[in-house]
Amino acid sequence: MSLNDILDSLFPAGHTVNVENKVISGVATTAQGTVAVLGTTDAAAIDHAMALALAGFILDTVEQHPGRPLVFLVDTSGQALSRSQELLCLNGSLAHLAQCVDLARRQGHASLSLVTANAVSGGFLSFGLMADRAYALADAQVRVMDLRAMARVTKIAHERLVELAATSPTFAPGAENYLRMGGIEAIWPAPSAALLAAALATVSQARAAGDQRMQCGLARSGRRLAAAVVNSVCHSAV
Amino acid sequence: MSLALAVRKSWFEATARARVAGLLDAGSFHEILPPAVSQPSPHLAQLELPGAFDDGVIAGSGRLAGKPIFAIAQEGQFMGGAVGEIHGAKIVGLLRRAAQEKPAAVLFLIDSGGVRLHEANAGLIAISEIMRAVLDARAAGVPVIALVGGSCGAFGGMGIVAKLCSAILISEEGRLALSGPEVIETVAGVEEFDSKDRALVWRVTGGKHRYLMGDCAMLVEDDIAAFRSGATEFLSGWGEPAPSIAHLRASQQALEKRLAAYATYRDGLQVWAALGVAEPENVPMLDRDSLVAVKEGLPT
Repeated sequence: MSLNDILDSLFPAGHTVNVENKVISGVATTAQGTVAVLGTTDAAAIDHAMALALAGFILDTVEQHPGRPLVFLVDTSGQALSRSQELLCLNGSLAHLAQCVDLARRQGHASLSLVTANAVSGGFLSFGLMADRAYALADAQVRVMDLRAMARVTKIAHERLVELAATSPTFAPGAENYLRMGGIEAIWPAPSAALLAAALATVSQARAAGDQRMQCGLARSGRRLAAAVVNSVCHSAV
Repeated sequence: MSLALAVRKSWFEATARARVAGLLDAGSFHEILPPAVSQPSPHLAQLELPGAFDDGVIAGSGRLAGKPIFAIAQEGQFMGGAVGEIHGAKIVGLLRRAAQEKPAAVLFLIDSGGVRLHEANAGLIAISEIMRAVLDARAAGVPVIALVGGSCGAFGGMGIVAKLCSAILISEEGRLALSGPEVIETVAGVEEFDSKDRALVWRVTGGKHRYLMGDCAMLVEDDIAAFRSGATEFLSGWGEPAPSIAHLRASQQALEKRLAAYATYRDGLQVWAALGVAEPENVPMLDRDSLVAVKEGLPT
């Protein structure tokens, strides 16, 4: 599905969105009023320039439009793989972007992200997973690494990984697995203004409640251990 | 700050437990969820891989120069220090506790390649939770200091986490980046990044380079006592600032300026020359004190 089709479906009341160097930025009208729309398209491999463009747009929004919700559209194949990018500390620019999303949250901006196509590793960490809540379209690919590459790196037979993936959501790619693990709030069958309005209506509560992904993963039987470990660490005697 | 070789204890070669024991005031460390009351990762067991009762990370409280602190130490010798479900949850738990109890600091001894692939989804979400928990602890006024000097460095999502901390103390042996050189070589070719060229890898990701560029606040010797005195000195002069748009605007400007100036460079040597280092080719040979003197003499 093209970015324009996605935008038209999410924002039938209107959107003014610019795409430059695979970075999306603009505004749109929703049932809850004007929102900032930002993110990446065409499976962008996030580099310094993209991270700084997104970060700059967030800072502009926080300064000029207090409280305006942020809607992130996520389509990233991960981080740019290049020596010159690493030379300038790419993890630093991704951390800066994440910190801008976090500041917006502290300043009262609700945020949600929608994975439209791909969400991979560092690219997903730097903004999609920093939103108050993350959603994914049904055909979206969400992963750290595909199973064949994982088999090569871990030296575990691909057939064995495929077999285990049928019962465990812990390592295999897929939005459904991230849903069960609590990383994704819900999967949308298609981009929809009604689903977006419903999500925006509850996202402020999510912001107030803090990071609930662990409890969510427990309730969905995807991540059974983490919440109890955190509880023990927080309450054991020192 | 020069130390007799006889008393020097390498941080790089030490285990996480030895680092914590030597970093904090003697005998002050109290481990939370020690191995005796923990369980190894069932996800590794399912793949018939050996686990560790601490799942490769130690968390607890102690004292540094008399001040109450929390400490988290990743064990690079277990699964490359990589973050799985239990490993990640121990870190998140201690950071959340720090935001409540407000110790003088959290010392985060990072030694990790990032997400543990065997638990990839749990690891990625856990790193996202760690990112938010670091920022929550800092917003509560608790400095979170990253100490990087282990054999696995700080890579992948843990490289992002390191840069979300209040400051990074790094040794020359420490490495800090996002993608490992091996990954870049595999995907983009040996011409892009020759991961076997050790000197090049250090000029792109190593402690001296990160310190010269200002990505790390302090460069310390590869010595546990040097990390201890560095962390003590840093904390004595540090007040954790409240999150602010002014601070992030300043970072944004600095990052944009740097990108505009250095975007085409592919080797630390080029950056150091542009920073005003008189003899960049000598940087790899300089000892810690000499390099700090070079950095302090650079034009600002």
